[in-house]
Parts: sequence; structure tokens; C-alpha cells
Amino acid sequence: MKLELRGITKRFGSFTANDSIDLVVEPGEIHSLLGENGAGKSTLMNVLYGLLQPDEGQVVIDGERVHFDGPGDAVAAGIGMVHQHFMLVPVFTVAENVMLGYEYTKGGQFLDHAAARQQVRRLSERFGFDVDPDALVEDIPVGVQQRVEIIKALARDAKVLILDEPTAVLTPQETDELIAIMRELKQSGTSIVFITHKLREVRAVADRITVIRRGKVVGTADPGTSEAELASMMVGRTVQLTVDKQPFAPKGEVLQVEDLSVRDDLGRTVVDGVSLDVRGGEIVAIAGVQGNGQTELVEAIVGLGEDISGSIRLQGKQILGLNAKEIIDLGVGYVPEDRSHDGLIESFTVAENLVLSQHDRAPFGSGLLYHPAKVKARANELVGEFDVRTQGVEATAGSLSGGNQQKVVVAREMSRPLKLFVASQPTRGVDVGSIEFLHNRIVAERDHGSAVLLVSTELDEVLALADRIAVMYRGRVVGVVDGDTPRDVLGLMMAGVPEQDARRQAAEQGPTALTVQDEEARQ
Amino acid sequence: MSVTTDRIPEKTPDAPGEPTSATRRRGWAGDVLITVLSIVLALVVGAVLIAVADPRVQETASYFFARPLDMLQAAGSSVANAYAALFKGAIFDYGAETTTAAIRPITESLVFASPLVVAGLAVGLAFRAGLFNIGAEGQIILGAIGAAYVGFAWELPLVVHMVLALVAAMLLGGLWAGIAGFLKARTGAHEVITTIMLNYIARFLLAFLLSTTAFQRPGRNDPISPQVDSTAMLPQMLGSWSRLHLGLLVAIAAGFGVWWLLNRSTLGFKLRAVGANPFASRTAGIDVGWSTFAAMAIAGSLAGLAGAFQIIGTERSLTGGVSAGIGFDAITVALLGRGNPFGIVLAGFLFGALKAGGVTMQARTGTPIDLVFVVQSLIVLFIAAPPLVRAIFRIRAQGAGSMQVSKGWNA
Amino acid sequence: MSTATRERLPESSTIQQGPLRKPPTWKSPIIMGVLGVVALLAFGLASNAGDTSTFGMSTGAQRLQIPALVLPTRPAAIVLSVLCLVLAAVAAAAVRVKRPVPLAVPIGFAALWLLAFLVWSMAGEQVPLPGLLGGTLLLSVPLVFGALSGVLCERSGVINIAIEGQLLAGAFASALMASVTDSLWIGLVMAPVAGLLVAVLLAMFTIKYVVDQIIVGVVLNVLVVGLTGFLYGRVLVQNADVFNQPGTFSRIPIPGLIEIPVLGPALFNQTIIVYLMYVAVIVTQVALFRTKWGLRVRAVGEHPKAADTVGIKVNRIRVQNVLLGGVVAGFGGAFFTLGSVGAFGREMTAGQGFIALAAMIFGRWSPVGALFAALLFGFANQLQGTLGALGSPIPSEFMLMAPYLATIFAVAGVVGRVRAPAADGQPYTKA
Repeated sequence: MKLELRGITKRFGSFTANDSIDLVVEPGEIHSLLGENGAGKSTLMNVLYGLLQPDEGQVVIDGERVHFDGPGDAVAAGIGMVHQHFMLVPVFTVAENVMLGYEYTKGGQFLDHAAARQQVRRLSERFGFDVDPDALVEDIPVGVQQRVEIIKALARDAKVLILDEPTAVLTPQETDELIAIMRELKQSGTSIVFITHKLREVRAVADRITVIRRGKVVGTADPGTSEAELASMMVGRTVQLTVDKQPFAPKGEVLQVEDLSVRDDLGRTVVDGVSLDVRGGEIVAIAGVQGNGQTELVEAIVGLGEDISGSIRLQGKQILGLNAKEIIDLGVGYVPEDRSHDGLIESFTVAENLVLSQHDRAPFGSGLLYHPAKVKARANELVGEFDVRTQGVEATAGSLSGGNQQKVVVAREMSRPLKLFVASQPTRGVDVGSIEFLHNRIVAERDHGSAVLLVSTELDEVLALADRIAVMYRGRVVGVVDGDTPRDVLGLMMAGVPEQDARRQAAEQGPTALTVQDEEARQ
Repeated sequence: MSVTTDRIPEKTPDAPGEPTSATRRRGWAGDVLITVLSIVLALVVGAVLIAVADPRVQETASYFFARPLDMLQAAGSSVANAYAALFKGAIFDYGAETTTAAIRPITESLVFASPLVVAGLAVGLAFRAGLFNIGAEGQIILGAIGAAYVGFAWELPLVVHMVLALVAAMLLGGLWAGIAGFLKARTGAHEVITTIMLNYIARFLLAFLLSTTAFQRPGRNDPISPQVDSTAMLPQMLGSWSRLHLGLLVAIAAGFGVWWLLNRSTLGFKLRAVGANPFASRTAGIDVGWSTFAAMAIAGSLAGLAGAFQIIGTERSLTGGVSAGIGFDAITVALLGRGNPFGIVLAGFLFGALKAGGVTMQARTGTPIDLVFVVQSLIVLFIAAPPLVRAIFRIRAQGAGSMQVSKGWNA
Repeated sequence: MSTATRERLPESSTIQQGPLRKPPTWKSPIIMGVLGVVALLAFGLASNAGDTSTFGMSTGAQRLQIPALVLPTRPAAIVLSVLCLVLAAVAAAAVRVKRPVPLAVPIGFAALWLLAFLVWSMAGEQVPLPGLLGGTLLLSVPLVFGALSGVLCERSGVINIAIEGQLLAGAFASALMASVTDSLWIGLVMAPVAGLLVAVLLAMFTIKYVVDQIIVGVVLNVLVVGLTGFLYGRVLVQNADVFNQPGTFSRIPIPGLIEIPVLGPALFNQTIIVYLMYVAVIVTQVALFRTKWGLRVRAVGEHPKAADTVGIKVNRIRVQNVLLGGVVAGFGGAFFTLGSVGAFGREMTAGQGFIALAAMIFGRWSPVGALFAALLFGFANQLQGTLGALGSPIPSEFMLMAPYLATIFAVAGVVGRVRAPAADGQPYTKA
């Protein structure tokens, strides 16, 4: 099946998310759609999948123009999609999820579970998935959930499979497995649209690459194109991911974490005996695939965790057991990973957000009294200092772009004297210009003598900023290594391989599918 | 880096910013326009009801095609009579013999408005803290119990007695709502469910108390308490010709108090923050559970005040019907006032006037006072869905979208 | 005070194996155990040794007459209390192996506990058992219809606070139409139509205009109270023999089934409305959990976006379910007038719609669960009446509070954990 998008334009109000995009997916090819966050990839795919109606342009299948009123039409036309956030009903079984909307019935309306089970078994055997049709989706790991999504698409006879950022939640090894699955699907004649912003994966698996930026196609490339070239197509200028920074000059111990364990509200151990220390004037980055305990570790440190054992000391003082407020008052700044959920109140003004944690401290509040004029004056200073692009400090935070929202959070946290600065995914969903600004501020904070703990799932960011790197896997710290450790060693450690073994394996095996390009990039 | 939000469209740096102060001002004007149009629409629907239910209209309708004017005339006069009576009962009785009789209606409106305003503030304050307080009815009952008990059981000097009755009402009302706040903070039990249940528990508790010797009036078999002492009564402000009592000033002061609390106090900042985003508030070191409890307790004490107004302002004794549905009216008052304290005061005046007028309308034209419920609920439905009102009047979209306060049971 | 529990985006869930469901807590077995011991001590051991509690076992409608059951009060209360403790042990066993406690256990416990209480408080008295059960059933009929309306709406993700209004509208329309047409059957058909009209407003405002669902529900209740009250005062009262004398359906004994001892006369000598209720519960239960339609409805209530991506029209299903709920609640309204009182009265539903909401929550959003919760609430209410006549040691107001207290305990997680459909109350709008 040949799929073409011709001149697709999609506007939201005065904002154009897709600007006359053309895209051709040949039968049996893996076509990668590469672009930054916010470039318009997901919007385009939602148009293709019938979730959004384009304002202009058309979808053409095998030379015939088609019109999708909803996803049902797209599915009927042979298009399947694995969404970035899985579209599975957690309280349903795998079989129920697979048949939803495409039910097997007997006696008219009654569900035929046996047939659904059979279908799941057949497809998972064919592609070597180990999926139990009767397991509840909420009980199975993320990697398996992704396979359920793929089965769901295949059960509907998908000829074109759209994978939206499928590797965001996978370890490098699981990513390799997914790449194998993609190749197998391609062998059996399924075309794949692979949406990502990860350059290495694109080069490892794609037959063709289309790069989009700010809603427009900026070019196509073949997998041989160098990473640097792809990156500059993607962001529109030569990117410099390395930040200029002075060699680090650590002072005394600031944060000492010893034998820390955290259990989640379901009683599972998510952080398992972690020990870690961060000195003043140094950036320690925690690397790892999303969901390996980084979030919970950080929340424990800033006083937001619940079921915690072990020890956390700040300049020798035990802070485990203190609440968030007390820890903030001790001089700990925190940028949470999910900005709009935990970092900001979108319906509050920029000014109010800038004092969220300080509103009852002088000069903004005294006792029960709150002083809006002082809040506003301070906000005007900070907006200037941190280059927050806003209509004014009385504008709501929700009206700002992602990068500017993040600057508000960072400005708030850095606007008071800090001993420890903790930043989780500080540049996620942020435009390139703001990334550079934020990176520079983080380095400045380090140079100022603060201890900085950075959590990032982006190896590029980790390698650009870290003085030391702690790699987490399944709640444990696999090892703490220097900031200039090779990428392939870190990749193996992120999959749970201890440092020594990782270094040996990396040397023995030579470059893997993913790291080979890393070498090229260095040359 | 992966996208963390589901929001579409993804925002870009050059996406246009949101409301400037100018667009916000236009939005405010739009709100007022929608409110006025909603009131007009609701009164129109009410007029249709009056006409349809009028026996003479039904009679003349039977020969509508022979003499259509008869029916239109009958309909017109039934509506005109009812609404004239409503106006006379609510604002100014232009047919009255004496001046005091002519202006008494507006003072009656204010008497009805006083408990509506404080109870409306109780619901509105909770809205701002992200809580839907359906329990004002129960909190009013508890407040009335407190005010009545202090009023008839204790003997105290003049001002002290009244103040203590008010305090007792606020304490009990706050406690009752505090239960829902505590359960929400501690167990996540949804406040809508718990406050609904607490309403009924309060009602049965009141029924039980009125059967005990401590509360039942000696010598009576029906559920009624002794009269409160005159020392505990809120003073009448205009003399004996009007029931208008000090509660009106207390209610207006409460409106200012709630505004101050929300906008000029650190506690109010916390309440608003928790209401808008509890997760970010928690990250910023705000104690979400405490704020939830505090919001409910303050709201409950405001509703308790309404219960006190009922007892030491007008009724003097406690009966099973003391809350008089004020707790449910309060929800419509808070919605019409859009959660804004001054808006709530105005909305309370409007609905107080409708109530006072409704009583007169029923007495003089036989139009049941239930019509007021219809008008009241329609006003709120219309203002809650501006697109509907705009569609009816064919005006261009601007200002607020549809009203969203609560989250699902799991939120 | 603890802070709000944190919601997680699906992507940050941990990549660890193992069951993800929360293990059940010890709270409910402990509470059941304590209550069981209280029953044993207070109702069992503390009662007078010589007293008897007598249950009448048959009604005149049965051919087969069974003699009254005379129970020695103390041993009977002890046996019932011990059975309560057995159920507490069953719950404890379930928690031990980390399985959720089946819904039947707390409901059965409550029924047994109330029976023990009944036996104790009727020492030296006689109560006809079929009458007790039949009364329970009748008191629960509007609750069951109302709760089913709630289940239908909320399983698809729309909170229905307007059950009260739907019941009241059904009661009004059935009384008025049955009187005017002089046909109970036309009245019975018009009740769901009235419930449907309320549901149309609910669907229009919550789904089309995306207004907060709880607001719309609350306001619709006020609207229906106002409308029915207005028309009642202006029309029905003025001319009651024409407009408000519908009469009631007569009982239809089902031959054979009525002869079942004790239960027969309670369950199978009822009006058409009660039989309709049986059908409604069974059909809803089967349809929700065994059919294609039900799978889609539940998907829409749990994860509407997932349903949308497989081509299910989310808002169409929601509208359908809200309307269907209105129809079902309308029948419940007809019960007030055509099934029991025989005339409409102002605000005659008197908060039953909110107890129905409670029954839905207590029954964990399932039709059969709601049925048993409604029966339990009806039982508490019936007991209150029966004991009131006997001169009970406990004030009747406290018995009347029981359903509301039970619901608070349920949502606060004291008696097991109730979980609403995940997307309940959240409007679905595309992009």
C-alpha cells in the first residue's frame, strides 16, 4: 500500500501546526519522520489517523483520494497507530483491548472472548511476543503494553503502522528488540512510519527520512546522512550541544544519600538502596531510561516522597522526614520533570508563579498578609533577568510557550540562595534557544558553588552538562562514572550492565547498531 | 526529549500569547452581557409557563383559531399580573397605602438575601479552592442548631449573647464541613459525595435533637425548639415595620472578608493555588491536605452563619425546615456570582428578591412560588453555557467558555 | 495531615514486573470483626435468656401456609453474630492472600448484622417476615431504578447527580398522564419519557456545551422541583380528580413462584413495575459485561481517547447512555405514583435520588451491586419502620442515617475501596 499526504495544512487558531506538508510512504518501507518536540509530527499523524481534520490538503492511498472522518475510517483503510501514550484501557484484559472497536461476537451482540484470545495468541506467536491474552493491561510492563498496541494494529490488518515516539519508554536493549520487530514487520510487507527525535535510531532503521521543523517539511534524507547534518536540519541551525564550561572545582559535600529505598503506593520498591553524593560546585547527572526510579529518588530528596527508608543529609543535616516546605527553606531548589503538572499553576499569573513557594515569606507575605505589589515588583525583575518572553507579569503562565514556562520555574527556584539545585528533565519540551539559556544557567549555578543534581533521560544533555554521571536501572545505581564516559558504555549501564563489564563489552563487541553512528559523528 | 503533555496544539515560542488586559476586559463585559441575557431568557421561559398553566389561557386556547386575540390577551394579562406582583413583592409596592408598606418589599428581599449571600460565599469560596461544596444545606442546619441552642439555653447579656450564638453557628457549620474536608484530605473521599451524605445526616440529626428534652419546646409534641431569648436576636435595623436585621451587614462584610482572604492573604493564596493545581502546590511546599480542610472549614462556618441568620434573624425557633433549601439556592448563587465574592453578593440580592417577590406573587395571583426555582435554575444553566445563549441571541463569541469546576470522582 | 496522592502520567509508570494493583487493606476485616464482636456481646450474650423472637412466615396469598418461626432470642442472635464473624474471617482470609474482598461479603455482613439487631430488638414480639422482606423490596425499587440510571451514565463517563430530578419528573408525568388518559399503562409509558427529557438536558449541557457535570445535575434537580411544583400547584391541585388521580397498579401474583416459602410472596406478588425492575437489573448487568455494546461503554468511561482511536464515537455513546439512564430512572419515578402512593405530591421523591446515587457508589458501579446496595438501604429503612412500631431501643433517625453513613465509609475506603470509572466526570473533547 502506498500512502501519500499532499499539502496537509492544519491550523489551531492563528497557529499553523502543519504547513502544506507532503509525505510519501512507499510499500514496505520504514519511513522516519524526524523533528523536534513541537515541530508538528504528532499533529500530522493525528490528521493521517483521522483524529484531526486537515484545513487543507489530502490523504491519498494507492493513488486514490480518501477522507477520514475518524480513526475508524483510517483503520478500515489499513492504517494502524501506536500512540506515544498507549491507548489501552488499563482495567481491560489484553484480549479485550485488542478486540475493542473490532469485536468478535457470537449470537449477535455477545462477546466472543475465545476468538479474541486466539487472535492474540496467533499474532504473538508469529512475531515472537510473549503476551498473555488474559492479563490485565494495568498488570503488565510498559514494553509488553507496547507489543499489545502493535498486536492491536495488526489484528486490524494494518498495512501502514505509525509508531509515535515508541522508544521514549524503552531501554536501549528493548529498543534494539523493537527495531528487530520493525524489520520483521517490514519483511512481511507492512510499511512503517517511525516518528522520533532521536537521530541515532533513525539512522539505524529508516529507509528514508523526512525532517520537519515548525510545521514544514525542511527536507528528506537517506540513512547515510550524518547525525550532525540531520540535527541541523531538524533545528534549523548548527547545534552546539556541548556547553562551554570551566573545569569543575568541587568544594565540600552538600548532599549525601545513603542506602535510600523508596516504595510506591502499591508497595513495590522503586528506589533500591541508592547511595550518592553531590559536592558543591559540581553537576551530578542521573542517567537512565524513564521510569527506573529517578523520579522517586528526586522526590524523596526534595521531601515529596512517602514510603522512604535510609538517609539523606544536606551539609550533614538529616533531611529525610522533613516536608517539602522545610527542605525548600533549607536552600534546596527543585525543577520537577512535569512542568505543567508539578511546576506551574497555569491559571495563575506569571508573578504568582514566581513566588509560589515564597508567597508567605518576606517580603511577599508576613503572617496572614500577602503583598501583591511586592510580588509584582520582584516578578518584573526576574522576568528581565531570565529573559521570560511574556505579555507582562500579570499574564497567566498558561499563555507562555513551554520554554518560557520553564524559565519561570527555573527563575523561581534560582531566585533565592541555594545549597542544592535539583533539576529533573529541565529542557524537556523546550525550544532550542531556551535549552541553551537553561543549560548556561545551570552551569552558572554550579560555578556559583551550588551542588547540582540533574536528572535527564537524554544522554546528549547528560554528556553536555555532567561532571559525574550516576546511571540508574530498576531503582538501583548501576555505577557512578566520569562525565566523559563513552556513550556506548553508558548505554550498556542503562540496561543494567555494571561499569566494568560495560567497558569490557563495549571494547569487545565493538560498535552496536546504535553506537556505530556515534563513532561516525565523532569523526 | 519526549513531549510530556498531550496538549494539541503544541505551543511554539511564536504562538500568540493569551489574554492581554484589553481582551480580559472585553471578556468581563461579555460575562455581564451573558448574565443579563440569561436572566431575560429565564424570565421569558417563566412567562411561557405562567401563561400555559393559566386556566383562562387554556380556556381561550380552545377557540384560538376563531378568536386568537382572546388567548393572547389572557396570556398577556396572566404574565403581566404575575410579574407585577413579583416586582411589587421584591422591590417596590407602588399600589401600597403607606410609604413603609411600599418600600417594605425591598427590605424583605434583603432579609431573604442575607443568608443566601453567606451560604453562596460558602459554596463560592470552596469553588476557588477546587472543592464543590454541595453540603451548605447540612452546614446551615448545624449552624442553626448551634445558634438556637446558645440562644434559648444560655442566659447572657445583650451583645455577648448574639455574638456567641453567631460563633456557635460558625463553629458547628465549620465542623460539619470540616468532616468532608478532613475525609478528602486524608482518604481522597470526594467532597461532593460526602457533603451530599452529610446533608441528610444533618437533617436526621436535627429531627432526632428536636425529639429530645434538651431541644423540644416544653409542652409541645411537634418538633420545635423553644424561642431564643431576645438578647440573642440580631437587632432589627429599621424598626418594627421591617424584618431587616443586622445579618445583612454581616453578610456584606463577609463578602469583603472572603475577597480579602482570597486576594490579600497568604492562606487565600494557598487555597487558590491548591484549587488550581494541587500537584504544583504540593511541590512548592504548600500543605494540600491542610488547605483542603481549611477551605471546607471556613466555607462551613460561612454556611453556619446562614443558619444563625435563620434563627436569630427571623425564625426565632428551630424546626425541621429551618434550612429552607437555602443550601441548594446557595449553589445557584455561587454559580451566578461566578465564584467572585462581590458577584456572589449581587447574585444573593437577585435571588433574595426573587424569593421575596415569589411569596407575594403566590399570595396575590396564585402563581406558585416554585416558579422562582425554575427561573433560578434556568439562569444558572444559561450562564453556565454561554455558547447556548450566544446561539439564541446570535451574538459573536467572546469571553468565557463553559463552566468547569469539578473533576471526576477520582480526582 | 497527608497531602494529595499524586497522579502519574502513564509514561512514568515504572518498568518493573509484578502486580500493579493495590493490595487490599486490613481495614474492612478489622471493622467487620469489631462489629461482629459488638453484635455477639450486645445482641447475643446480653439479651434475656427466656425471650423469643417470632417471625411470621406466610401470607394469606399463599396456598401453602407455614407456621410462624419462633426463635429463642439469645441463641438466634448468637448464631447470626457468629455468622457475621465468619464473614469477617472470610474477608481476612482474602486480604491475607492479597485478593480483593468480594462485594458480597460486606453486603452479606451488613444484612446478617441487621438481622441480629432485629432479632435482639424484637425480643418478645412478632414480625411477619414476608412483609418485612416485601417492604424492603418496595422501599428499594426507586433506588434500584435510580442507581441503574447512575450506572448507565457513569459507566460511560458522565456523572449523574440529576437522578433525583429524573425520578421526580417520572413520578409527575406518570401521575398526570395516567389521570388525564385514565390509563395506568399510558402513565407508565410517559414516566420514562419525562425521565428522558431531563436526560436530554443533562446530555445537552454536559456533552454538547461541556458544562461541569455536577453543576448541571444539581441545577437540573432544582429545575425539576420547580417545574413539577409549579404545575402541581397551578394545575394538579386545582383539579385533582382530573389531573392527579391515577390510581395504582394492582399486584400480579406469579403462579408457582409465589409459593416459595418466605421469599415467594415478597418477590413474586408485586406490580408490573417491580417485575420491570428485575428485568432492568439483569439486562443491564449482562449488557454491560457480556456484550460488544457494554465493552465499548466501559472503554468510553475508562479511557475515552483509547476508544476514540479505535473508531468508537465517544460522545455518541455517552449521549445514548445518558438518555437510556433517564428512561430507566423514569420508571423508578412511576413507582412513586403508580406503584405505591397513587397520586403525585410536591417533592415526593424526598432525596431518594441521592440515596440511589449512594447505592450506585456502594454497589461499585455495577447493576447487581447497586441492586444489593439498594436492598440493604431499603432493609435499613424498613427495619426503622418496623422497629418504630415495636418501640425500638434505637432512635429511628439513626436507622435512617445508615445508608448515608455507609456511603461515607465506602468512599473513605473504610469498607473496601470503591473505584469509579477512570474518566467519570471528565468531558471528552477532541483536541
